[in-house]
Amino acid sequence: MVMHDTAQSPLAEQAQSNEAAENVEPTAVKMRARDVSVFYGDKQAINGVDIDVYQEFVTAFIGPSGCGKSTFLRALNRMNDTIPSAKVTGTIELDGEDIYSSGMDVVQLRARVGMVFQKPNPFPKSIYENIAYGPKIHGLAEGKGELDAIVEKSLRRAGLWDEVKDRLQDSGTALSGGQQQRLCIARAIAVDPEVILMDEPCSALDPIATAKIEELIDDLRGNYAIVIVTHSMQQAARVSQRTAFFHLGNLVEYGHTSDIFTNPTQQRTQDYITGRYG
Amino acid sequence: MSPVLPLLLAIGLGLAGWLVARARAWTFKRAAPHGRIAALPSYHAWYAALWIVVPLVIWFLVWNGIQGQLVLNYVLASPEAQALPEFGLRRDAMLIEARNIANGIDAQVMNDGAYALAEPFRQAQSRYGLIGLAVSVIIGGAGAAWAFLRLTPDFAARTKVERLVLGALLLASLVAILTTFGILVTLVYETILFFGKVSPIDFLFGLQWNPDPMSSGAVDGDRYGAIPLFWGTLFIGAIIAMIVAIPLGMMSAIYLTQYAHPKLRAWVKPALEVLAGVPTVVYGYFAALTIAPFIRDLAVSMGASNASSESALAAGLVMGVMIIPFVSSMADDSIAAVPQAMRDGSLAMGATTNETIRRVLVPAALPGIVGGVMLAISRAIGETMIVVMAASTAANLSANPLESMTTVTVQIVALLTGEGSFDHPATLAAFALGFVLFMVTLALNFIALRVVKRFREAYE
Repeated sequence: MVMHDTAQSPLAEQAQSNEAAENVEPTAVKMRARDVSVFYGDKQAINGVDIDVYQEFVTAFIGPSGCGKSTFLRALNRMNDTIPSAKVTGTIELDGEDIYSSGMDVVQLRARVGMVFQKPNPFPKSIYENIAYGPKIHGLAEGKGELDAIVEKSLRRAGLWDEVKDRLQDSGTALSGGQQQRLCIARAIAVDPEVILMDEPCSALDPIATAKIEELIDDLRGNYAIVIVTHSMQQAARVSQRTAFFHLGNLVEYGHTSDIFTNPTQQRTQDYITGRYG
Repeated sequence: MSPVLPLLLAIGLGLAGWLVARARAWTFKRAAPHGRIAALPSYHAWYAALWIVVPLVIWFLVWNGIQGQLVLNYVLASPEAQALPEFGLRRDAMLIEARNIANGIDAQVMNDGAYALAEPFRQAQSRYGLIGLAVSVIIGGAGAAWAFLRLTPDFAARTKVERLVLGALLLASLVAILTTFGILVTLVYETILFFGKVSPIDFLFGLQWNPDPMSSGAVDGDRYGAIPLFWGTLFIGAIIAMIVAIPLGMMSAIYLTQYAHPKLRAWVKPALEVLAGVPTVVYGYFAALTIAPFIRDLAVSMGASNASSESALAAGLVMGVMIIPFVSSMADDSIAAVPQAMRDGSLAMGATTNETIRRVLVPAALPGIVGGVMLAISRAIGETMIVVMAASTAANLSANPLESMTTVTVQIVALLTGEGSFDHPATLAAFALGFVLFMVTLALNFIALRVVKRFREAYE
């Protein structure tokens, strides 16, 4: 199996450089999914997935296009509810509470489980209003002073403050693609979520903007549970501590990122990370 | 010369050209290596046919326009014409009778002198008929020759035909533009005549509207103050109607785009659009026979003594209902055009659907909605039938919706269908009113289209 000797590949090196972080034992399970299946009408997109998302960890979902990784991500904050034909079975818990139970307020859930999308989608409002949107609708700030503070804090955490502090009233859509995506991350942070879901956040960005977002994800890790869907295995290796490999709606393998990239237990994972398909 | 014959001639020549050119192109095609020539034979055929038919038709149109005058000039120059009376109406009648006799039309002849004139008419018509025919043949032949000389295996007949089609389409679209322009010229002309008799200051700022189509002698400018009409139009069309149409239209658009099940939407949306197809006369009945008496009775029962059965409120309410589909359809399109990513982004922040609509979707769609509302206003203030049937002709300057009021369009109808002579200022006032209305709706449409365009650019 010389061909598959991944220990020498740069991918594996990246994964190993991260090992110190991932060998820390997780302190708590933030979200727990058990036997989760998602259907679009008659079509099954996700089949019986079990996964634990840990507090203060970055979990990456990788897999070929159409494998269901984004669908599963959207099940974690019930964004699939916006698609009339979508149906979710199984249980997903946030801090031990079933998010699909009838008592769960989906509005509160999404405030706790924020989301960043594939294509930057700032609202056609000012930079300030983009960030202030969430705190306003959730009543997190009393008075202008507090709101200003939240806006500044969120922009600082997203590493955008220095670039935009002099033009907070400019439209959010006037920023560059990478800045827009960091604005969206700042917007998600502003409501003080516990989990941040990122759906291929860098796929529309150039390499420099991508590097900034990855750096940001690493900085944010200490405060949130982050789940990132990515097409780029390098990205998964660089930013995550846990990696889940999805294929055809099944969770094939889930474990330490370095294990997935250097020592996968499943042949399908091996084939995917060595570029046999995908 | 009747127009049927020349047209048949043109079509016949064109058909002949078509067949000949096609046959010729086929000989090229057979001779060419691999049977490939620059264009299909049918394109050569159309090229030749168009070069024959188009100049001929243009010539016929031109000739039809000038031939009558040429014949008349010839007749008037003839010695028999010296006997014509000077009096205009009688003179014209005799000439028409003479022409009818010359053409063999069996019409009543009142003036015996017409018979003498028939002969010069006959001469002139045969003479100019021959000239016209000769020129037709020359033009048709020239077109055919030009086309046939250019037919070669390498000739790009396809692109030439394409260009001719382009020209035809351009001409078709010019018709609409030129018509608008023609309307404007007519309006401006009559309006200038009116302002020659009544000062624009009196007209635009006067508070009394009471024109008398039967008056004679000096024009009383004080009777032509159009402010009450402008106010009535604005009050009924832009205020009462919009108070009804904007909230109802917006809410139905929001419901249909954001809440309604696709099946329900597929059913409700066309039903709503049927409202736009109801003839305005029918709305007029509804306003005059149902809504107006109802409002009057209601107002009387609530103690309003001066409630009119032709109230501004009745006309405005029904007009508002008529406008709902315009507002709702534009708002619907604008909201639907806001990218799904905006909606997802807001929902993922933990906003409710309602918050998402109010704080993200409607602000983002606002330019489109505003554009739709402006188009609706322009439609409402130009609306005639509802107000003619439901509002009165009394020009009242009042803010009480229960009083009777009149609008610009109602007054135009009243003045033009009245008994005043055509050059009386009361009749001309209708044109001045029409001109003001035209300008206002033109400006509204222009601004609305600009706003909508800017909105479209923001998301594409």
